[in-house]
Amino acid sequence: MTIKIKKNELTVLTAIMAAVLVLMVLLNPGSFLTIGNLQGMAFQLPELGILTLGMMVVMITGGINLSIIATANMAGITAAMLLKGMEGSPAGAALLAAAAAGLVVAALIGLLNGVLVAYIGITPILATLGTMTLFNGIAIVVTKGYVISGFSDPVLFIGNGTLLAVPFPLILFALAAFIMAVILKKSRTGFNMYMLGSNAVAAKFSGVSNAKVLIMTYLISGLYSGAAALVMISRFNSAKSGYGNSYLLVTILASVLGGVSSEGGFGKVSGVVMALITLQLLSSGFNLLRVSSFMTTAIWGFIMIAVMVIDYLIDNRKKGGRQ
Amino acid sequence: MKKLMARHETYVLTIIVIFSIVISIINPNFLTLENTFDLLKSYAFTGILAIGVLLVLISGGIDISFAAVATIAEYLTVSVCIAMGGSMVSAFLLAIAVGVLLGSVNGLLIHRFSIPPIITTIATMNLYYGLLIVITKGKWIYALPDFFRSFADVRVITLQTANGIPYGLSVITVIWIILMVITALMLKYTRLGRSIYAVGGDRISANRVGLNVAGIQVFVYGFMGAMAAVAGIVQALLVQTVAPNSIVGKELNVIAAVVLGGASLAGGIGTVFGTFLGVMLLAIVQNGMTLMKVSAVWYDVFVGLVIIISVGFSSWKQKTGGRRVKIDVREDLPELAAAYGGSGTDTERENH
Repeated sequence: MTIKIKKNELTVLTAIMAAVLVLMVLLNPGSFLTIGNLQGMAFQLPELGILTLGMMVVMITGGINLSIIATANMAGITAAMLLKGMEGSPAGAALLAAAAAGLVVAALIGLLNGVLVAYIGITPILATLGTMTLFNGIAIVVTKGYVISGFSDPVLFIGNGTLLAVPFPLILFALAAFIMAVILKKSRTGFNMYMLGSNAVAAKFSGVSNAKVLIMTYLISGLYSGAAALVMISRFNSAKSGYGNSYLLVTILASVLGGVSSEGGFGKVSGVVMALITLQLLSSGFNLLRVSSFMTTAIWGFIMIAVMVIDYLIDNRKKGGRQ
Repeated sequence: MKKLMARHETYVLTIIVIFSIVISIINPNFLTLENTFDLLKSYAFTGILAIGVLLVLISGGIDISFAAVATIAEYLTVSVCIAMGGSMVSAFLLAIAVGVLLGSVNGLLIHRFSIPPIITTIATMNLYYGLLIVITKGKWIYALPDFFRSFADVRVITLQTANGIPYGLSVITVIWIILMVITALMLKYTRLGRSIYAVGGDRISANRVGLNVAGIQVFVYGFMGAMAAVAGIVQALLVQTVAPNSIVGKELNVIAAVVLGGASLAGGIGTVFGTFLGVMLLAIVQNGMTLMKVSAVWYDVFVGLVIIISVGFSSWKQKTGGRRVKIDVREDLPELAAAYGGSGTDTERENH
C-alpha cells in the first residue's frame, strides 16, 4: 500500500518536471534549450543539490539538520584560510590540504550533531539549531565578518571548470548522488536509516544500534555539507560566514518535493534529483523571462503546497477505493 | 519546594540570576531601572512573537512563516494608514485581521490536507515573502504616520535620570505584558486553553474524547498570525521605518527563545512565564555582552552554547529519568496496530 503511494509520488513529480520543462521551452522559445542556458543550469544546480542530499539523509531517519549551511561555511572558511596560508606552495598540494581540512571540519561538526542527537537525546531540530547558531558565531569570530577571497586556478576549476563540455560541479554532484544512492540502497547503514526513520523502537528491538546509525547519518550529512562548501567557495571565489543562508529552507523543500517524508522512513535519491531539476528549470526559466527571483521563490512555495495537496488527494482516493 | 525544583522555569530563572550577577559586577549599569525598562521595550517584538510560537508548539506544531506574516501585516497596515489615515486602534485591528487570515491558511492546510506543519509553513513562508517583495519591490517606508511616532513615545510610568533625561515603562512593554497575561489566563483556565495542551499531548486521545482538533489547530495558527501582526506593528513603532526584509530570517531565534523557556517541540508542554524567561535570557545575553564590552561577533557563539547546554541538560535529564518509555509506547501505537493487521492505515492517518 505504502509502496504504491510512494511510486505514485514519483509519477506526480515526473509529470510536474515534464510540465515545467515544456512550459519553460514554450515561454522562452529559442533561448531555453541553448547550450549556454543548459550549462548555466548545470553550474547552478550542484551547490544546492549536494546540500539537499545532506539534508535528505537526515530526514530519512526522521530528523532534520538545520546546521548544514553553517557547517558548509565553517568548512569553506577553513579551506579558504588554509589556501591563503599556503599561497607559496604548489597549488595542487594546497588544494588537497585545504579540501581535506574542510572535509575534516565538516565531519567533526556532523559528529557533534550526531552525539548531541544520539547520546544526549536532544531533538534533531534543536540540536542542529544550537550547532547552527554556534558555528555561525564561530565563523563570524574567526573571519571577523570579513570575506576571504581570491583563489588559485585549480580551486576555481572545481566550481567553474568543464570536463568535455560538462561542468565539473555537475560531475561532482552526479558522483555525490551516486554515492548517496549506494549508501541508502546497498549498505547496511542505509537500510538501518530507513528502519530508524519508520520505527525507531522496532529498529532497536531488531538489534540495530540506533545511536551508531544516527552518528553515521549526521557524519554523512556533515561530509556532504563539506563537499558543497568546496563547490561554493570555488564558485564565489571567496568564503564568508552567512553565504548561502537562504538555501537552508530550500533544501528541506527540495527533499520533501522529491518524496522524502519529513516524518522519516521514506525517500529516494532519484526523487530528490528530479525535484532539484524541477526547481532549477523554474528558476532558470523565470530568470530568462526576467521575472523577479522572489516571484520564483513564491512559486516554489506554491508548487510545494500543490504537490502536498495532490499527494493527499491521491492518497485519500486510493484509500476510499479500497474500503 | 521539590515541585519548584522540578520546574523548568526555576532553572532558567537561576541562569538569568547568575548571568545578571556576573554582568552587574562588571558593569553596574546593568541592574538599573533604566536599562531594565529599555530591555523590556526593545524585546517586546521578540516577546510577542514568542507568545504565538508558544501556542503553536504546545499544540504539537511549528510555524516558520510568522516572520513573513508579521512583515506583510506591518507593511500593509502602515501603507493603508499613510494612504487613508486612521488611528493606532484601527492600525492594530487591520494588522490583526491580516495576520489571522494568513495564519489560518496555515492551520487549514495543515489540518485539511495533513501536511506536516514544518513543510506547510516553509512553503507559505516562501509564498508570502516572495509575493511581498514582488509587490512592494522591496521598498522601505520611512515616513510613518504621525500617530505612529507619538504613540511609540508614550510612557505609562515616567522617571528621570540624574541628568534630567526622562525614561520609563513604555506603552509597548505594556502591550506585551497584557498579551502575556491574557494568554496565560486562557491557557490555564479556559476549556480552549486546556484543549490546546490536550491536542499537543496526544492528538488521537484528544480526538477520541471529542475535542474539535480541527478548530483548535486553526485557532492556534490564527492566533500565531494575530501575534505576528501585533509584533509587526510593534516593530514599526520601535524602529519607525518599515523594511520588508528586516524580520524574515529571525524565525529560528524566536523559536529558540520559546524552547529555552521550556516548551517542547513534541507538544503538550510550555508556559507563558517560561517563554518570557526564555526571551529575557536571550535579551540579557545580548545586552550583557554590550555592557561588558564583549565584541558583538561573539553573540551567536554564546547563544549557540546557551541553546546546546540548556536543551542538552533537560534532554539528558529526560533521557535518564525513565520517562522515555512512556512516550515511546504512545508514539508507536499506530505502528503497532498496523503491525498486527487491523485498520492500521486509518490509525496512521489520524496520527498526522
